Amino acid sequence: MAQQPHAKSVRQVNENQCQSCMPLGGVIAFKGIENAMVLIHGSQGCSTYMRLTSVEHYNEPVDIASSSLNEKQTIYGGEANLKKALSNVARVYAPKVIGVLTTCLAETMGEDLDRILMDYVQEQGQISADIIPVPTPSYSGSHTEGFWAATTAIITHYARPTERHERINVIVPHISPADIREIKRILSLMGLEYTLIPDFSMTLDRPYGGRYQKIPPGGTRTEDIARMPGAQFTIQFGETCPDALSPGLWLNKTYGVPLISLPLPMGLEATDRFLKILQEFSGREIPKSLATERGWLLDGMADAHKYNAEGRPVIYGEPELVYALTRCCCENGAVPAVIASGSGNNRLALCLEPLLAGLDEQPVLLEETDFAAIEAAVLRSGANVAIGHSGGKFLTERHGIPVIRAGFPVHDRIGGQRILSVGYAGSLAFLDRFTNTLLEKKYTTYRQLQREEMMGINSIGDA
Amino acid sequence: MEDLCALRTAGTAACISEREQSIITAGRNKTSIACTTDSLAGSVSQRACVFCGARVVLNPVTDAVHLVHGPIGCATYTWDIRGSLSSGSEMYRNSFSTDMKERDVVFGGEKKLAACIDEIVEKYHPPAIFVYATCVTGMIGDDILAVCKEASHRHGTEVIPVESSGFISGNKVVGYRAAAEALLRLITPGDGEQIEKTRKLNFLGEYNLGGEKWLAGRYLREMGIEINVAFTGDSTVAALKQAPGACLNIVQCTGSMHWVAMQFEEKFGTPFMDVTFFGADNTAESLRKIARFYDDPEITRRTEALIGREMACIRPEIERYRRKLVGKRAAIYVGGAYKAAALIRQLRELDMEIVLTGTQTGKVEEYDAISRMLDEGAIVIDDANPAELEKFLQEKNVDIMVGGVKERVLAYKLGIGFVDHNHDRKECLAGFWGAVTFARDVYITTCSPVWKHLKDAQGVA
Repeated sequence: MAQQPHAKSVRQVNENQCQSCMPLGGVIAFKGIENAMVLIHGSQGCSTYMRLTSVEHYNEPVDIASSSLNEKQTIYGGEANLKKALSNVARVYAPKVIGVLTTCLAETMGEDLDRILMDYVQEQGQISADIIPVPTPSYSGSHTEGFWAATTAIITHYARPTERHERINVIVPHISPADIREIKRILSLMGLEYTLIPDFSMTLDRPYGGRYQKIPPGGTRTEDIARMPGAQFTIQFGETCPDALSPGLWLNKTYGVPLISLPLPMGLEATDRFLKILQEFSGREIPKSLATERGWLLDGMADAHKYNAEGRPVIYGEPELVYALTRCCCENGAVPAVIASGSGNNRLALCLEPLLAGLDEQPVLLEETDFAAIEAAVLRSGANVAIGHSGGKFLTERHGIPVIRAGFPVHDRIGGQRILSVGYAGSLAFLDRFTNTLLEKKYTTYRQLQREEMMGINSIGDA
Repeated sequence: MEDLCALRTAGTAACISEREQSIITAGRNKTSIACTTDSLAGSVSQRACVFCGARVVLNPVTDAVHLVHGPIGCATYTWDIRGSLSSGSEMYRNSFSTDMKERDVVFGGEKKLAACIDEIVEKYHPPAIFVYATCVTGMIGDDILAVCKEASHRHGTEVIPVESSGFISGNKVVGYRAAAEALLRLITPGDGEQIEKTRKLNFLGEYNLGGEKWLAGRYLREMGIEINVAFTGDSTVAALKQAPGACLNIVQCTGSMHWVAMQFEEKFGTPFMDVTFFGADNTAESLRKIARFYDDPEITRRTEALIGREMACIRPEIERYRRKLVGKRAAIYVGGAYKAAALIRQLRELDMEIVLTGTQTGKVEEYDAISRMLDEGAIVIDDANPAELEKFLQEKNVDIMVGGVKERVLAYKLGIGFVDHNHDRKECLAGFWGAVTFARDVYITTCSPVWKHLKDAQGVA
């Protein structure tokens, strides 16, 4: 069968969406800042939908305010609503930071956010919250771009010329709170001081106990963000991050902070690379505990390699995660059949090129795609397992292809916030999930399949 | 009233003064509740938008294609959002979007919309395509009506515009109306077409989320009555077109379907009555009401036999749960008032105390009725937000809440039991056995062993 190494969808209609909208990514980024609240400038529905999606994934209250624009404001301008919304958010939530994200509607109306916010600050005299506007119209990008845009806007807002200090900056993409916690554990084990942003490891996965707080404790502290320009260097897990939206690149260009761009530490090689850099900088040996975890991962890779070789995964979701998962699958001998993202991102193909060059069979690469295209490619290429968010559920329902849940949103399983896939321990946890999914399918089908094949019985259906 | 907002938590006011008129105390308020207004900016309303309202009403039409004309988000967030079940086509579970990009917003999205419709028709040949307007398409003035009309002619299929630009209102009810207009457009017979009247009834405002339409159909069949078509649970385009042939409309979700029922009466002379199948007593009452309409001794006899048999069956089951639940304190926050009222009655049957009731879209007369149903001192709230819900759930020492997904996570964080009564529940909560399922659902969460451990952790930072 002819392979299409780089097929771009030419269809007009998008059938079953693989991505969310731009402000949603912005919301997640702001939720990783200490004492922050978000306000969506647009229709009431936008904020409610984003709350619903986030709540289902994180199993946490995710409060998002709205300027609740209606027909009148759409014609005469949403200024009064936005100002009122800011005041109400300040009163009820008493945040230190208010992220104001625009919607398609506000941008199409041509709302001059900077001017309105300047007016507001002047009218109010002293206000206790820092207001950070980010333009995030959904027609300009997916939630991935929204996440990077908001992270950059937050850093831009706070960063100040700072004397060199010992800390390093760590910028993470949209990964699970459990993954962030694991990255922080590794940094601490290496004895490093760091500023990690955006840190939603506790705010979007809060432990039970104590009095309920409207804004959950945790998140990157703004005073730490202010000092990011004085850091030794920045590690940004953002190989696919577009230059124009790259927070690490901004810190580099504006303050000369050296930027080290790394793939997410999923799998052995990527985790080694991450640790090598930490080791070189800190001058410390890798602690025994991490070395042991590495040994367990290697041991697990050997134990599972023949099972994994039977996996022909379709990997879909946000570009950074897709890239990391593809690396991880490749190094374990599971050659991807389809690699897909709902986001349009010209970096993903570039990143994948050297990785895929040596493969016997070229995977189908789909960008700015939808699940109709993914499904068709899956059936053509014979993928037998899927890795990605809940959007892939039809692959299971219609074709019996199991989905190993990764990324966002996971709304049909519990614990999306706790899916751990980074570091040596996390990679092994992912690998076990992957291998066992293949084994579960194998054990439930092989007797029937062998009987049919060896006895020469024709079977119908998608085994 | 004045002390409602006096409580402060962590240095922040628990509610906003402008919201005071939308919170009343049953038996103590002289004035009616302020409702049906736009949500207050910045209040973190639990409401959605016009588009949402339209989409939830129309989405269960199983063999139609639902095409959202706008940037991607509106389609993403509503893909398969309705748990409604189908006995046939699964087309409605797909989400189609015109995925407008910047250039479409600048130059207009009509061409892209037409191209998308063409692609869909070529691939699926659906009997109907609902085309939903969103904020952006409404704002830039895409002439969806014209595009749909032209596409209808071009393909000889129904392409129906739904005027659901989100900014028109934050109140879903306005979206229900947009959906209702689309439905009427679909079912109104063409010139010279005649749809013969039958003895069947239409079931309006039933979305078959847990198979409720099927269960009601079973009861009615036993009574000797057939359902013509439901609006819109497990419906098809062809079945909807036969809707004018019914002799009666029964209306469950009044918020979404009262207007449709009134239009039916005016255009086709079809009478309507309100029913609800949530709760055993409500079910029995509704079945009797329907039987009375048919005024047939055989139907009446069968109806009484059915009610007698089912009631006898479930009584001991309900009693079992009632004993465990008596005196527990419940809160309700749901979309529409009909559901709130039905829930009050159901929780009462379990001898529970209802201390808080709220809705997103209730009307003054509905709230008045709810207030009269409740004990003095119970809170009634319109268009609540998380801060207010948090405050009252704690103040009123609530044991269990009934609501939707957004309320669920808050309840759990506060160590309170929860029952889903929304789009994505998977159980049938209607009818006689539905009442047992509901009671069981209330029981397993209210009396779960986990709360003891959570209570121990409260106050421990």
